[in-house]
Amino acid sequence: MKKLSKMLMALTFVGALLAGCGSNNAAPAPQQPAQQPAQQPATPAPEQNNSGSTTTTSGEPITAVGSTALQPLVEQTAKDFMAKNQGVQIQVQGGGSGTGLSQVASGAATIGNSDIFAEEKKGIPANELVDHRVAVVGMAAAVSPKVKVDNLTKQQLIDIFTGKITNWKDVGGDDMKITLVNRPKSSGTRATFSKFALDGKEEAEGITEDSSGTVRKIIAETPGAIGYLALSYFNDSVKALKLDGVEANAENIASNKYPVWAYEHMYTKGEPTGNAKAFLEFILSEEVQKKTITELGFLPITDMKVERDAEGKVTQK
Amino acid sequence: MDRIATVVLTLIAALIIGTLIGLLGFILTQGWHKLNLDFLTSPPDIVNAGGGIGPQLFNSFYLLVLTMLIALPLGIGAGIYMAEYAPDNKFTQFIRMSIEVLSSLPSIVVGLFGLLVFVNMTGWGYTLFSGALALTVFNLPLLVRVTEDALRNVPRSQKEASLALGITKWRTIVSVILPAALPGILTGAILASGRVFGEAAALLFTAGMSSPNLNFADFSLNSPTSPLNPFRPAETLAVHIWKVNSEGLTPDARDVADGAAAVLIIAVLLFNLSARWFGTWVYKKMTSGSN
Amino acid sequence: MNHRIEGVGTNRQSLIARKMLTYNKRQFTENMTGRTIAMVCAALLVIVVLSITYFIASKGLSTFFVDGVSISEFLTQVKWDPEGEPALYGVFPFILGSFLVTALAALIAAPLGIGAAIFMTEIFPGFGKKVLKPVIELLVGIPSVVYGYVGLTLLVPFIREQFDVLGFSLLAGGLVLALMILPTITSVATDAIEAVPQDLRNASLALGATRWQTIWNVVLHSSLPGCLTAVVLGMARAFGEALAVQMVIGNTTKLPGSLLDPISTLTSGITLNMGNTIQGTPYNNALWSMALLLLLMSFVFIMILRFLGRKRLVK
Repeated sequence: MKKLSKMLMALTFVGALLAGCGSNNAAPAPQQPAQQPAQQPATPAPEQNNSGSTTTTSGEPITAVGSTALQPLVEQTAKDFMAKNQGVQIQVQGGGSGTGLSQVASGAATIGNSDIFAEEKKGIPANELVDHRVAVVGMAAAVSPKVKVDNLTKQQLIDIFTGKITNWKDVGGDDMKITLVNRPKSSGTRATFSKFALDGKEEAEGITEDSSGTVRKIIAETPGAIGYLALSYFNDSVKALKLDGVEANAENIASNKYPVWAYEHMYTKGEPTGNAKAFLEFILSEEVQKKTITELGFLPITDMKVERDAEGKVTQK
Repeated sequence: MDRIATVVLTLIAALIIGTLIGLLGFILTQGWHKLNLDFLTSPPDIVNAGGGIGPQLFNSFYLLVLTMLIALPLGIGAGIYMAEYAPDNKFTQFIRMSIEVLSSLPSIVVGLFGLLVFVNMTGWGYTLFSGALALTVFNLPLLVRVTEDALRNVPRSQKEASLALGITKWRTIVSVILPAALPGILTGAILASGRVFGEAAALLFTAGMSSPNLNFADFSLNSPTSPLNPFRPAETLAVHIWKVNSEGLTPDARDVADGAAAVLIIAVLLFNLSARWFGTWVYKKMTSGSN
Repeated sequence: MNHRIEGVGTNRQSLIARKMLTYNKRQFTENMTGRTIAMVCAALLVIVVLSITYFIASKGLSTFFVDGVSISEFLTQVKWDPEGEPALYGVFPFILGSFLVTALAALIAAPLGIGAAIFMTEIFPGFGKKVLKPVIELLVGIPSVVYGYVGLTLLVPFIREQFDVLGFSLLAGGLVLALMILPTITSVATDAIEAVPQDLRNASLALGATRWQTIWNVVLHSSLPGCLTAVVLGMARAFGEALAVQMVIGNTTKLPGSLLDPISTLTSGITLNMGNTIQGTPYNNALWSMALLLLLMSFVFIMILRFLGRKRLVK
């Protein structure tokens, strides 16, 4: 009967775990693990502890779910925030902007990270959600460094992406076939690029990938490939193209001279309270905006000289 | 004809081994330079180079243990039912087919199902336990199938001899047939655990894509930073590779992904070897047979 | 209760007599407990299958009943444009892609896998056990993302250079998938072949058959159900694979004209778009319909293979 008793033990063990721990998840577990565990990162211990609003009320963990592009930013700031505020738990997950918006709208997550306005997606009760814009991300058309073209006019860009122009020699490059690298039809990145770089024109079929890392790799390795990437992902393997002679950099984006950019949103259902509020205020604070956000390749929201709403109307700040 | 067949088969084996060695060699050589104690134990860094995979490595193993704890008893139990108790009628065939269909579900569908049921509905949130349950769904078909096949393949003489001795049916199954079927079940279990190590899409929505800072000195089961708490989010190595490959912003993202892949392969190899060794030992103990 | 005891007459009277004479409470309880446990496990399994099916079906069917898309349009139209005006939901390219890439993978992996299984059990058992088997099991542990990445780094450029095409193709997908399902097929087939009793082989050899004739006519024949299971399991895995495949097939929604054209599969379509869509919207529901389709397709596939297997056996 050895096998049977082993099985029963295993099942009981699992059952006990379930019973013991399941209900505890919501209850306040004021564990204050002293920050000297076996392995810990060298979290940049903040020198100035001027955040007087350190709420040490440990309660339910804050969950921030959604865009994978925004995830590194939220994870890093969450780490910093938790280091400053013992006992607060922030869990950051991915799943895509759509998942994030659905989860926060249904109340399953505290914060929904999104690359797009909630209004842009049908099916989300945007009036129930409060938008917190925490950063700006610029986007540029990317090609392999082997492509000799540095600049494209808007019309050329539109013609390339709609499939009218199919060879680089038509825009001043070598005789090479143009290969389009797209995002999936539902992608917010694609929607933004389409809206502001292609004036709303529909993209032609191409190689479709969702993750920025894969797109970058494909562009770097496929001769003649062109796609679009957030500025934070550019490195030596790909080259950013200028649009109408305007380079995609922080200055041009801040003044909207370079129009291809989007907000990074963190939505809450209704106004945030307690730890969630403190966390959002922390992200919008000068300290995080100037340091973490720029380090990760985003643009601080505070630097923007213009504001843009869900329909795309631009107003001076 | 015999000669030709032998040559062809040997060529096939050589081709497979060659491809495997090439593949493994490629992964290991790409990632070898990253392997040091620091990489294996420190947590990942999001902004700068130099992050490690410590928590993720632990999570992969712990998730494996949890999944097996749930899936093995269930799978073996269902396999026993299918092999010994189920009447041979259309309904049983239907059950068999539905089980096989389960294993062909796209991982993302199981992940989203897990999100809805094991994460949201139960209120647990993103946890190891939700991930283990989602992975159980995947692996049950394989385990049930190999258990059933292995049980059926045990020579009838063994079963009849045992029954003739007056041993009850259940005890026969547990003490005689099951041990004899152990090698087959072990194969299934190893295949299943390989799948657990390598699965990413289903875990994105259940166990999560991040891990809290783990305090390895904390052994309680309740604390959110205790590594043993099954009710915390837990990014595994495979998920981490995916994450770094898709949205990694550190300058060494490529290296981290390669290193992690190499570590994963080595971990799987070590695990497979030790599982096989352990299984053979148990088999010898329980049946006094040698295969 | 139907205790069929081999060797003893199953005549109803003798059964009843036996039960009455040999009733032993402890044994009875033990048997009942055991049987109940086994039944509970199986029942749980069925519940899981039913609930997932219900879940997928309820979401997938709402495309047709709530959003008003017609089933024939869904299955046969070639244009997929859920964000356009008007929204088009033709998934035929995806169906074709899934089907083709799975068939290709099985075509490549089945002979290789079964061949390797034969090699391991009949030709070089020692070497096979010690080396080939652990190595194959190792393959299973490689995450799909790594397969995809290796495919992207090595296979796609190779195809691109050899054939002067894009590189992202049906062929790349088939090869990657074949590699991924090879371990499953090989391991399960090995166990099936090993289970063939040695007596059968001996008898065949005693009759003067060569080793290969023995293998082909005796061993393979008796282990056919097991080998078929192996292939079915492999194909099932290939059907449901998403992450690795989506990195090498290109994901275009045009119908492929050859092995070297890029394709889309149902799984890649779902994986690429699911996270970006909102639960409850027509786009999201359409994706669930694709998942439902996957479920149904695999059902059909498995039924066909089982039917074939049974036919062969009777012969």
